[in-house]
Amino acid sequence: MTNITAQIDALPGLDPHAPLLEVTNLHVEFRTQYGISRAVNGANFKLAPGETLAILGESGCGKSVTAQAIMGILDSPPGFVTQGEVKYRGVDLQKLPENERRKVRANQIAMIFQDALSALNPVFTVGYQLGELFRVHRGMSRGDAKRRSVELLDQVKIPAARARIGDFPHQFSGGMRQRVMIAMALALDPEVLIADEPTTALDVTVQAQIMGLLAELQQQRNMGLILITHDMGVVADVADRISVMYAGKVVEEAPVYDIYARPAHPYTKALLESIPRLDKKGQELNVIRGLPPALTAIPKGCAFNPRCAYAQDACRQDPAPPPHIVAPGRTARCHFWTEVIGE
Amino acid sequence: MSDLEAVAATQGPTGQPPEPRHVDKRDKPRSLAGDAWNDLRRSKVFWFAAILVVVIVAMAAFPALFGAGDPRDCALSRQHGSPSGTAFFGYDFQGCDVYAKTIYGARASIEVGVLATLLSGVIGLAFGLGAGYFGGWVDAFLSRFVDIVLGIPFLLAAIVLAKRLSSDPTNNGITAVTVTLGVLGWTTAARIMRSSVIASKNQDYVAAARMLGAGPARLMMRHILPNSIAAFIVVLTILLGTNIATEATLSFLGIGLKGDAVSWGIAISEAGPYVRVAPAPLIWPSVFLAATVLAFIMLGDAIRDAFDPKLR
Amino acid sequence: MFRYIVRRLLQMVLTFFGATFIVYALMFANQDDPLQALAGERPITPNVRAVLTERYHLDDPFLLQYWYYMKGLLTGDFGTSLTQRKIWDMMEQAWPVTIRLALMAIVIAATVAVVAGVISGIRRGSVFDNVTLVITLILLSLPIVVLAPIAQLIFGIKLGWFPPTAGAHPSFYALLLPALVLGSLVIATELRVTRASVAENLRSDYVRTARAKGLTRKRVIGVHVLRNSLIPVVTLIGVDIGGLMSGAIVTEGVFNIPGVGFNLFRGIRTEDGPLVVGFVSILVIVFLVVNLLVDLLYAALDPRIRYE
Repeated sequence: MTNITAQIDALPGLDPHAPLLEVTNLHVEFRTQYGISRAVNGANFKLAPGETLAILGESGCGKSVTAQAIMGILDSPPGFVTQGEVKYRGVDLQKLPENERRKVRANQIAMIFQDALSALNPVFTVGYQLGELFRVHRGMSRGDAKRRSVELLDQVKIPAARARIGDFPHQFSGGMRQRVMIAMALALDPEVLIADEPTTALDVTVQAQIMGLLAELQQQRNMGLILITHDMGVVADVADRISVMYAGKVVEEAPVYDIYARPAHPYTKALLESIPRLDKKGQELNVIRGLPPALTAIPKGCAFNPRCAYAQDACRQDPAPPPHIVAPGRTARCHFWTEVIGE
Repeated sequence: MSDLEAVAATQGPTGQPPEPRHVDKRDKPRSLAGDAWNDLRRSKVFWFAAILVVVIVAMAAFPALFGAGDPRDCALSRQHGSPSGTAFFGYDFQGCDVYAKTIYGARASIEVGVLATLLSGVIGLAFGLGAGYFGGWVDAFLSRFVDIVLGIPFLLAAIVLAKRLSSDPTNNGITAVTVTLGVLGWTTAARIMRSSVIASKNQDYVAAARMLGAGPARLMMRHILPNSIAAFIVVLTILLGTNIATEATLSFLGIGLKGDAVSWGIAISEAGPYVRVAPAPLIWPSVFLAATVLAFIMLGDAIRDAFDPKLR
Repeated sequence: MFRYIVRRLLQMVLTFFGATFIVYALMFANQDDPLQALAGERPITPNVRAVLTERYHLDDPFLLQYWYYMKGLLTGDFGTSLTQRKIWDMMEQAWPVTIRLALMAIVIAATVAVVAGVISGIRRGSVFDNVTLVITLILLSLPIVVLAPIAQLIFGIKLGWFPPTAGAHPSFYALLLPALVLGSLVIATELRVTRASVAENLRSDYVRTARAKGLTRKRVIGVHVLRNSLIPVVTLIGVDIGGLMSGAIVTEGVFNIPGVGFNLFRGIRTEDGPLVVGFVSILVIVFLVVNLLVDLLYAALDPRIRYE
């Protein structure tokens, strides 16, 4: 393994005591011909080494945009980070020149995406796409890069790695492709891995395998893992802490057991109640009535208020509820969290 | 000339999926056609092209409206004369009024263009719908036929066919040229229709209609055709432009319209040898011809952009 | 792959016979008196008539004539044109200059189209993009019958930058203007396809992955995007080569280049059946072979396409 600490020291302002990753008050907006879409409205995250943080929420709540903003790969225009800081070990990534920031990607913070078939370049072999990382970032020769690539494929448990190094992405099955993506992300031994819906496109059994692989690799490397998903079942097994997002804000943040046992936000509670359960066989499924708001027209006050069972007048007016402290390490953005948690 | 039709087949870039909308019951239901029309209305290119087309069609239908004289009133005494009276562009080598010839030339172009395109459209529709819907050996047979027609280089086939059809020296060649263009130009339209039909055929809504007892005719007319028609119309619009250009080319080569027909192609061809002496008889028909072709191609472009949901 | 090639070859044979038959039928059917047309004003004596009828099988049923002709064609005997010249000789003279012209045209057109198309695709909506779009639109709508004479007028005669006609053995420089004019037929579509392909690929998921891998923008576009974007363009260029050879009719006419198009046009005008069918047959073969090569090239470039 190459000496990675040399790379870290090169970054100015690095503080070994600062949190591994800290996102503060992040605001991201998209300026389109239909108006301004406020995708992220004041999101806060913290991540420690070896920890798994799950970001949970429906489609369109801003999770993927947050991840892309952390990586610095937003499509800009039309996307812009209007406020907030993204700090890696105390270094504000937003303030780095693009050249420096580019080196942080893949070396320190890596990302894997949902659909491995479209996320991998179809015209290059898997070996080429893996080896590219070594050749570009570490200056390795083709031979060395190829050897490391085979080792990587072995680490992610792809059978017959040496033979498959020359295959193209479409020649792999869904689960294998996702493993290739994981290999690509881990190639340069990053400290943070962001996984954007890594198992959504896979069968349930393959899902379990991939999540197991991620957990194992994370433990081996003491990596911080941010898992973005809308699947509460996946999260329960793997996450240490959960941040629930709605309309671009983190509405609840808690350790995983607490959130499942006693949710403190109406949205989280409604999500949990809508999970189909065997013991409720024969009864109607619970749904959250209404739809998530269009990000160009987010309701005043608490964004969830039109769909909330606990909503009252205070909820419909600005300012939006601040993050109330429910317990050490737990917050919830709800005026009436005590009611929610009490039941 | 089929390159021009390749333009119609060019796909636009893919875009991001739309943000989920909060459905307001007061909104009217949006349809692709409605959205497309909204976009078209706001497109400057569309209006520019549309106005140009209207002007040219007016020229074709009512040349007197533009103050044109008689294009056949030629007198050698006025050979290469300078502009006078309503002859704004001067006179050509036969002493004919260049302005009149240019204005009247629109008629031949529009007539031939529209009729040939309609003919191509009908043939293309039949072939494309048949091949796409029935599939199997019908498709194989029809596709081989298309290959054969495409195997002969377009301009050559047009020249050969037009020559053969217009062997009678008395008529002015309009039917010959129209049939030639119609019979050779349907291939791209047929291919587009065929792929649209194949794409639509496999959709769930068609299966649903079939299960409710719809027969092939109803399926084709009510369900498949409306969804396949947009791209087809774009191809036809652009085909109109190319047909006008091809008619001019054929007339230029002496194979198209002849006799006492007034055509831009003929005018350009006749003006060629005298261009050093009098450039105006070459330039004006050229400008009008280019503008006409441009108008139709722009129109087709604008319609295609409006209908392509991926460009939103 | 082998089966695919065999199938394609069979299709090509079918298309070849179909296309040549149609051309043959159009040239020879319903001819009133080709011998008289050949002779012009001079009367033909019955003796000469008998000999010529015998030689050209003009008394035989139409299909039989076609059979004789095809047999000759396939054994390399292209016959004699009605002007008494061996068609093979005429081809030997005509093809080289047309090939030179077409190749020059395609090289210039493809280079300009790809470079401008890539830049436009990357910078969509920029001034460069809009200007190029307008220029291609104008080029698309300018029929060759307008472009060729006007180009000749402006650049050949008025400005004198190029010789206005090229002639039988033109120099490289003399072919430049006709090549530019001919290239304008295809440059617009090639540019548009490049632009659309680049724009579409720039929005692909693998671009996001490439950026997440910390690759430079230069590498993301220059290696990843380009390799994907150029696939449809390269195949289009291949097809255009075939098309240009036949589309050169007007260009060759205006610039006085005695190539394939020029000869062909004259042959059609004078109803010289053997000449037309002979040249067209070669053109059809060239076209079909080029198409097959392009399809194979496509499979070579895009690993997802494998023919069975």
